[in-house]
Amino acid sequence: MKPAPFGYARPATIAEAVGLLAEGDGGARILAGGQSLMPMLNFRLSQPAILVDINRVAGGGIIIEDAEGTEIGPVVRHAELLRHCARGGHPLLAAALPLVAHAGVRNRGTVCGSLALADPAAEMPACAVALDARLKLVSSRGERWVAADDFFTGIYDTALAEDEMIAAVRYPPPAPGWRWTCTEFARRHGDFAIAGLAAGLGCDGADISAARLVAFGVGERPVRLADAEAALTGDGVDAAVRALDDVEILGSGEYPEAYRRTVIGTLLRRAVAGLCSRVAA
Amino acid sequence: MGADGAFRLLGRPAPRTEAARLVAGGGAYTDDLDHPRQLHAAFLRSPHAHAMIAALDAGAARTMPGVAAVLTWDDLSGVVQPMETRHGAFPGLVSPLQYPLANGRVAYQGEPVALVLAASRAAAEDALEAIDVAYEPLPAAASAEAALDPGAPRAHPALPDNLCWAGEIAGGDVDGAFRDAALVVEETFRFTRHTGVTLEPRGLLAAFEPAAGTLDVRISHQQPHQLQTYLARLFRLPMTRVRVLTPDVGGGFGIKMHIHADEVAACAAAILLGRPVKFIADRLEAMAADVHAREHIVKARMAVDARGLITAFDVEDRHGLGAYSVYPRSSTMETVSAVRTIGAPYGMSAYRARMTAVFQNKSLTGQYRSVGHPIACTVTEVLVERAARARGEDVLSFRARNYTPVAALPLTNPAGVRLMDLSHAACLERLEALMDLPRLRQELADGRAAGRLLGLGFAAFVELTASGSEAYGMGDVAVAAMDTVTLALEPDGSVKGEASVSEIGQGIATTLARVVAEGIGLPAEQVRIFTGDTRSAPHGGGAWSSRGAAIGAEAAHGAARRLRAAILEAAAVLAQTVPDTLDIIDGAVVDASGQARFTLEELVQTALFRGYEFPEGRLPQLAVSHQYGRPQDRAIPTNGIQASLIEIDPGTGLVTCLNHWVVEDCGRLLNPLMVDEQIRGGVVQGIGEALFEACRYDADGQLLTGTLADYLLPMAGEMPDIAIAHVETPYSGSVLGAKGAGEAGTCAAAAAVLNAVNDALAPFGASIAETPVTPVMVLNALAQQAAA
Repeated sequence: MKPAPFGYARPATIAEAVGLLAEGDGGARILAGGQSLMPMLNFRLSQPAILVDINRVAGGGIIIEDAEGTEIGPVVRHAELLRHCARGGHPLLAAALPLVAHAGVRNRGTVCGSLALADPAAEMPACAVALDARLKLVSSRGERWVAADDFFTGIYDTALAEDEMIAAVRYPPPAPGWRWTCTEFARRHGDFAIAGLAAGLGCDGADISAARLVAFGVGERPVRLADAEAALTGDGVDAAVRALDDVEILGSGEYPEAYRRTVIGTLLRRAVAGLCSRVAA
Repeated sequence: MGADGAFRLLGRPAPRTEAARLVAGGGAYTDDLDHPRQLHAAFLRSPHAHAMIAALDAGAARTMPGVAAVLTWDDLSGVVQPMETRHGAFPGLVSPLQYPLANGRVAYQGEPVALVLAASRAAAEDALEAIDVAYEPLPAAASAEAALDPGAPRAHPALPDNLCWAGEIAGGDVDGAFRDAALVVEETFRFTRHTGVTLEPRGLLAAFEPAAGTLDVRISHQQPHQLQTYLARLFRLPMTRVRVLTPDVGGGFGIKMHIHADEVAACAAAILLGRPVKFIADRLEAMAADVHAREHIVKARMAVDARGLITAFDVEDRHGLGAYSVYPRSSTMETVSAVRTIGAPYGMSAYRARMTAVFQNKSLTGQYRSVGHPIACTVTEVLVERAARARGEDVLSFRARNYTPVAALPLTNPAGVRLMDLSHAACLERLEALMDLPRLRQELADGRAAGRLLGLGFAAFVELTASGSEAYGMGDVAVAAMDTVTLALEPDGSVKGEASVSEIGQGIATTLARVVAEGIGLPAEQVRIFTGDTRSAPHGGGAWSSRGAAIGAEAAHGAARRLRAAILEAAAVLAQTVPDTLDIIDGAVVDASGQARFTLEELVQTALFRGYEFPEGRLPQLAVSHQYGRPQDRAIPTNGIQASLIEIDPGTGLVTCLNHWVVEDCGRLLNPLMVDEQIRGGVVQGIGEALFEACRYDADGQLLTGTLADYLLPMAGEMPDIAIAHVETPYSGSVLGAKGAGEAGTCAAAAAVLNAVNDALAPFGASIAETPVTPVMVLNALAQQAAA
């Protein structure tokens, strides 16, 4: 369990980093927190020619909170964003971040790294989709902003080009009247979710006037549950759970499709019950 | 021991002497040892469950930077023999040769095929990628259930079928008991493989000194002497030229009892190359190629008469033991252990178990904590609770009626198990108090009324510990059942000792030191016992079958009494009195008035440095040795009962263990702190068996759980509080009366959890007879009932 030989560079700026990506011609990989990349290197599942260590790029750890929401730099750790959110950041992120693995992983692992990896069972991609986050992708060719929903294209697959890195992600501020939660099912605390749900309800008094539901762990990428959202605002939670029957859900050996569908239904009922029981903000 | 026979030290809780050093990072495990000329080993392992090796080209690998050699079986065959597992107590045992590196064919995924020796492990792994092997895949025998079906793929094409061994244990009129039964309960149980997952993986540093012809192996292992014996045989070396030394060992659980193919290959490489070789298994190798355990399919039925008395068990066990019967002890020990204690807590008149152990193209299975007993306990206790439920009776009342009473002991039951010194009724009474059972039952009723899916399950058990020489000796397997302790007085009056039992993290060295201090009359910190070096420790058993307290401590006690007698005799000579008038208290020799006459320091210095002071040349012997092997009883039975409270989440099927209780009778408690922690650790492994751990293979013999992301170890966050209490019924056949305790937690925990799950499912008419219980199984069980 030792990595294949690789080159190593530690750029001081994002410009330098993307320059190295361009030079690498597809053989370079960004190293941020290393919580997924290092095991893949040790398993020799990933054998990059060069690692571009961005842990010391200028401004990489910045968190900006303003009227347009929250913007974080490429090496903001899960733990850092969690501390920020616990002091009044976005309630969905505050709910989701404690579910990310274990404290040791959150201390090193980065939010942008999780987005770039695009593990379909991870919390951060689902939250990004649920919140209409936008990702700033930078290369030596320039920069572009991509909506989270367009960013995740498949299992471990994203809109990132070989010479691009995520330089920032921006989460819009929570809309007034909305309540958010993240809930998931795993057999042990800290495991990747067998099924999970990022959920937001727009509440008008006791009524649900709008909903945002994004499932994870059940598809090739975060799965927006649009029919269930619509049912929730009109016909209630039973109808919303019934609407899950038409969602395409991926099963795997130990946890077949029907099982995951049942669990998503359970999570949906619990999320809605929990959010509705909260005192209106 | 005081003059009144009361213990000063034994029975009192004492932390491990080594704990502070190990917790502070001061441990020296195998990978912490380095030799300046060492090479690092990495194994090319088979990606196939079963394949012929048509060609192997290592030419490119051999030329890579840092690579000293790439070895295959052809290279090793000149210095080492293949392993052939024999055990005479299993007549008809089929045992194909197991090669340290594959000899033209691989029989399980993970089998070592080639060995790279290089300047670093990374360089060795680089070279692995450059080895080109042409495999010709063969059909894989994966299913234990179908292993003997006509046309089933054969794990070894040269054998007529996949049968490794078949046997039967029977006693009494089984057919008559079932014919006359008022109630018969039956079930087919499925037990999935799991493995030990020691915190420190297997590893060794082997060095061969050609001029002296000596092989020196530092290894993370439980049985240095057994390993020394078998390495000497495999390499045709005299035993005095093979030294096995275990540094700090980070857990064994049975995984490190065996001799794995890669370990033999690494030693062979050290001999061939004349350079020290270090091999440390990484976690991927550990999951694939450490021995696995416990793959069983058990069909069992139990007969109960009209009075509610259990009369008979009738059992068929199919054990999937993997590609080879593990060397040198044989995997079939597991087969027998899995059935032997079925029904053991209860009176029964008849018993029959038919066993078939089959080869598979999977990793080997071997003895793992509480060998076989968890299978026997689960089978028994699930049937017991089912029978009680069928009779509309409380599960504890049913047990109480059926327990073998103290007055009936000793006896040999129809399964051939010799039972003595047991305390089932007393343990049950203690458990009810420990749990505050009336209050708990009320909470259970309240919770259920509120819609919670709660379940309470119990598991009584008998565990056979501290195996005697019959287990392996009768099979002509060189596994010592006798243990030895040597002691010598140091010039400062302290005592150093060597023991043949092994310290593997369980703390036995501390307990032995306290036994010695007790036996002589010393403060505990004045004694140190060392283990694990075949050059200094006399030959003995190491760590297996929970033998440390029951056998090792008897040897330590015997040695301590010998040394005490020698000290008193020497003191009597100097004091011109008779030994009977003297005593040793807190390291000083005192006379009948309680007056201190000498410190041990003064006495030993007189003997060592001024021997002329002893009149008439009567120099004392202040170094002694004592060997203890139990002359009677094949094993020491222990007993106890566990209980588990679980809750099922009806929305996900997740089972959460809320509380767990253990009452155990391991005879005399030498060190209650360590006994309790052994039991806690064992319970956690049992809960792992019940709810989490599984080595899963697909139908082609491909391991699906190759990492700790897939193989779910029980973690602290999911574990309940574990409450422990004891009943002490000393073993009547020894001086100290201690019995084995290290495996008791594992023995019955899974059975208690499974019974608790079935208690929660009972109102739905559903039940589960497979471990680990997964959330999918639970939801399916609930859904089937809803559909019906």
